[in-house]
Amino acid sequence: MSTKVEAPPLRKYPVIPVLDIGAMSASKPYVASDKIQEAIGFPGELAPDWEAKAIAKMAELLGRYRSLKVYLDACVHCGACSDKCHYFIGTGDPKNMPVARQDLMRAVYRRHFTLAGRIAPKLVGARDFTPELLQDWYSYYHQCSECRRCSVFCPYGIDTAEITMAAREIMDAIGLGQKYSNEIIGKVHRIGNNLGLPGPALEDTLLGLEEDVKEDTGVDVRYPLDAKGAEVLLVTPSADFFAEPHVESLIGYGKVFHAAGVSWTLSSHASEAGNFGMFIGNYEQLRKIALRVREAALELGVKRIVVGECGHAWRVAYSFWNTLVGIGAGGDDPFAVELQNQLDHRYRQPTHICEFTWDLIERGALRLDPSANDHRIVTFHDSCNVARASRMGDFPGGQFEIPRAIIRAVANRFVEMAPETIREKTFCCGGGGGLLTDELLELRVKGALPRMEALQEIAERDGVNFMATICAICKAQFSKVLPYYGFKMSMVGGVHQLVSTAIRLGSND
Amino acid sequence: MGTIEVNGKSYETDEEGYLVDLADWSEEVANHIAAVENVDMSDQHWEVVNFLREYYDEYQIAPAVRVLTKAIGKKLGPDKGNSQYLYELFPYGPAKQACKIAGLPKPTGCV
Repeated sequence: MSTKVEAPPLRKYPVIPVLDIGAMSASKPYVASDKIQEAIGFPGELAPDWEAKAIAKMAELLGRYRSLKVYLDACVHCGACSDKCHYFIGTGDPKNMPVARQDLMRAVYRRHFTLAGRIAPKLVGARDFTPELLQDWYSYYHQCSECRRCSVFCPYGIDTAEITMAAREIMDAIGLGQKYSNEIIGKVHRIGNNLGLPGPALEDTLLGLEEDVKEDTGVDVRYPLDAKGAEVLLVTPSADFFAEPHVESLIGYGKVFHAAGVSWTLSSHASEAGNFGMFIGNYEQLRKIALRVREAALELGVKRIVVGECGHAWRVAYSFWNTLVGIGAGGDDPFAVELQNQLDHRYRQPTHICEFTWDLIERGALRLDPSANDHRIVTFHDSCNVARASRMGDFPGGQFEIPRAIIRAVANRFVEMAPETIREKTFCCGGGGGLLTDELLELRVKGALPRMEALQEIAERDGVNFMATICAICKAQFSKVLPYYGFKMSMVGGVHQLVSTAIRLGSND
Repeated sequence: MGTIEVNGKSYETDEEGYLVDLADWSEEVANHIAAVENVDMSDQHWEVVNFLREYYDEYQIAPAVRVLTKAIGKKLGPDKGNSQYLYELFPYGPAKQACKIAGLPKPTGCV
């Protein structure tokens, strides 16, 4: 932490950076210890025959995910992706061009899985999986936040995120895991959430929030934990309990449920919406973590499942929960069927908290005073996993429109950032995909550059002083990196933080 | 993994300087970690560190930032009960830096 990180200067006109070969080759996250690895079923250390094991794992993944094979085969090196990655833009390291990142795996794939690569490797860019190449994998597959911006610009739709996930899965399988993500996954299994907050600590924290809200508003708003028979189970990132500004949104969710008169509960068993199983590309971990939500839902007997402000959680919930655990149609094991029968299918399952709140606003069921946010000039940062891997509402682009509609309903002053930096073209915050760890701070600061430039433009032009977002990682990442660019850390907050400020509780008179 | 040396004794830490064994903590060790972090320990710093340790003792986790600010507000006065004040004391962030000095594990996750 004592190493000094300097933010690159904000550029007036974003241009493709001058190449800086090897600039980030030393950037590597801490390696997971044998204890962390073994706790979640991975080998504790790099095996002597790791290369053979890696190739075998790659063969398995190629058989399992046809997409991976297509992506490795289809690239024509057209270069459309090369300047689209925030880490490339911020660091200038050519290996952070998405195509170069993919090629780290493509070289090994060609060597072992294509005829040309077996016969004449040099002619087709095929390479043996050497220890040096493995080091490049570890470094550069941890400089991809799996945000999928590059895939928007790829004429073939190649998704670098899936290649990164496969690479991390292969590295875990040979005993080279990343400490940050794998330690957290172990904590979820042991304690129930990424932070390791045990039930009593959750209870104490929530009681404190009830006191605070009572003091602020004079109204008894409840933040219930493990309340059997509640209508709604809210699953939210554990950072919402713990950190600033995250907690402000949690306060907001509770006010919305209160105003709607809907009974709800949090769960100490499923006290985490985040699912780092996705970040490491491991289906079994993804499923095991998601199953906690099903177990809690069955135990508590809830009718609806609502997901709080967490980007990748919403991707997992929206895209995978159905077949993973049976929240939504698709799961067919007995417990999935039991849950399907229990849930109320007049509602979308799962529901994003923004969908929930917007539905109430549309029906006129919330009393809002947008002038309460008049001290804020607000913009919205689309979080990558919400923007490019999910949807909200029942119309295309709902994931862009619904959060903005909420903001416009609760705040009078809203300004968009440059169009090439929002919606489906949004830039990652710089800390997603399992990279939100202190030893990667240089990468995180530099990777935030394009977002900071877009923010700077409207801060100067329109006086924007609040960037709302619906992701715990974005909130934590921006709180950390904003000061490097001369902004206040309190400039970032949640959409439901704005709702919390504007909502009027108490009687309707 | 690393170690720190305090008064001739060596203590194991993780890669970032957090104590591995919570029982290794003492005021001398805390002062040593604080010095490495460029934090000059005042009475106010100790209030925070002591509260973190008490809370951890009861709940096996560091307190949420809001719980901490409230407790510090009660002890040191309402003008001190906010995260801005805590950042003044612990510039790298009250959760992480203060936990390190208090000998507690690093809070993990999206924080």
